[in-house]
Amino acid sequence: MYNPQLNNDGTLKHLLSIEGLPKKTLLQILDTAESFVGVAERDVKKVPLLRGKTVCNIFFENSTRTRTTFEIAAKRLSADVINLNVNTSSQSKGEAILDTINNLIAMHTDMFVVRHNQSGAAHLIAQHVPDNISVVNAGDGRHSHPTQGLLDVFTIRRYKPEMHNLRVALVGDILHSRVARSEIHALTTLGVPEVRVIAPKTLLPNEVEKLGVHVFHDMEAGLKDVDVVMMLRLQNERMSGAMLPSTQEFFKTYGLTPEKLSLAKPDAIVMHPGPMNRGVEIDSRVADSSQAVILPQVTYGIAIRMAAMAILAGGAA
Amino acid sequence: MQLPDPENLLATLTTKVSDVIQPNSAIIGIHSGGVWIMERILASLKQDLPHGTLDAALYRDDFSQRGLKDALQPANIPFDVKDKHIILIDDIFYTGRTTRAAINELFDFGRPASITLAVLINRGGAELPIQPQLIGAEIKLNADQRFQLSRNTQGKLTLALEQKQGSDHV
Repeated sequence: MYNPQLNNDGTLKHLLSIEGLPKKTLLQILDTAESFVGVAERDVKKVPLLRGKTVCNIFFENSTRTRTTFEIAAKRLSADVINLNVNTSSQSKGEAILDTINNLIAMHTDMFVVRHNQSGAAHLIAQHVPDNISVVNAGDGRHSHPTQGLLDVFTIRRYKPEMHNLRVALVGDILHSRVARSEIHALTTLGVPEVRVIAPKTLLPNEVEKLGVHVFHDMEAGLKDVDVVMMLRLQNERMSGAMLPSTQEFFKTYGLTPEKLSLAKPDAIVMHPGPMNRGVEIDSRVADSSQAVILPQVTYGIAIRMAAMAILAGGAA
Repeated sequence: MQLPDPENLLATLTTKVSDVIQPNSAIIGIHSGGVWIMERILASLKQDLPHGTLDAALYRDDFSQRGLKDALQPANIPFDVKDKHIILIDDIFYTGRTTRAAINELFDFGRPASITLAVLINRGGAELPIQPQLIGAEIKLNADQRFQLSRNTQGKLTLALEQKQGSDHV
């Protein structure tokens, strides 16, 4: 089957989604990231791998954190970085995007990092660019956010190396979350035996069980004896209509409080992809507790993005 | 060709390394063979030296042709490189490009007082103005040959000579 993410020899060509990537490739990215974690602690926080290459961060949708970590990652690889925030509201989609891309190709960009509110935007660009250019999906609509999924499993592996013996719960707005889909794929591919999703019916995609997860609508049952609690952000901006009575009501039922967290294993870690809505999906006492690994996730996100870009730059030559 | 016993070369190299150790010395092995040799040298020395490991793959000049290798090893230098006399250990010295990459990587950790290169075998073929100072043996090989150092489960080193096509040298 044709896989736009892989070269004919199975090496990584673009990073568009975790779906379709073999376990070997996921492990290659995670293992490579281990080498980049230490780079930030050196006198010189840079390695020369992408020296002379130009990385273009095109953000058709705002995301300061993701853009910043991609920018830092590219700079720590010694690449030159261009950040473009493109407002799509005034553009007709499709052709206009590719016009933008063509202009950047004409400026000899070597790699595109793309964020878009439409699912499939990164795939469209990957199909369009010449062979020597790689595309990294930095989030497209509800579809995929592969580097977030990778940094989350990297964080889990660093704190809980026995992946084959873990119970992981994803809590909250699964329906609107591209992170959740990427995470579920990464976790199941890497052999985590039990992945749970905990959410109200209105915030779960249809047939979510087909992704290989156990579905819970009740926090108390769902959190029991889990090793990892992955909170998701309530995506207010993606919601239309009345899917929830109120954010206060959501917090009462699905917000992570110390009391609910106490049902998980005592050494369970709490994760959140950010930005957090304190008092909506997570209690400040949990977010600031020693069980929270939310800031290490940000740190590891740079190492994962460096690894992905380094592997892509090496493979595209 | 009669291949030398790498254990004998290791003994020779260990003597040479111990002769140059001074109060501010530290020892760094380059993955993988250089790390094995460093571990053996450290075990033979009568003193404890600051030590660490490097991969140098992130600093190689052939990244754009070859990409990253799969089994990348993180650098681990748990001491301050600044003002140390570094003894850099590799198994086989060939083109000098690995050494160049390792020196560049070392300088990103700090400014050492000096760097001395110690290798088990210098097989000839330097392409850069870099030479090892401490050598177990000098054995000239042709461009289509290469030494492959291995370590068995008991930690003993073995050496093989490989004939190969192409110029995929390290």
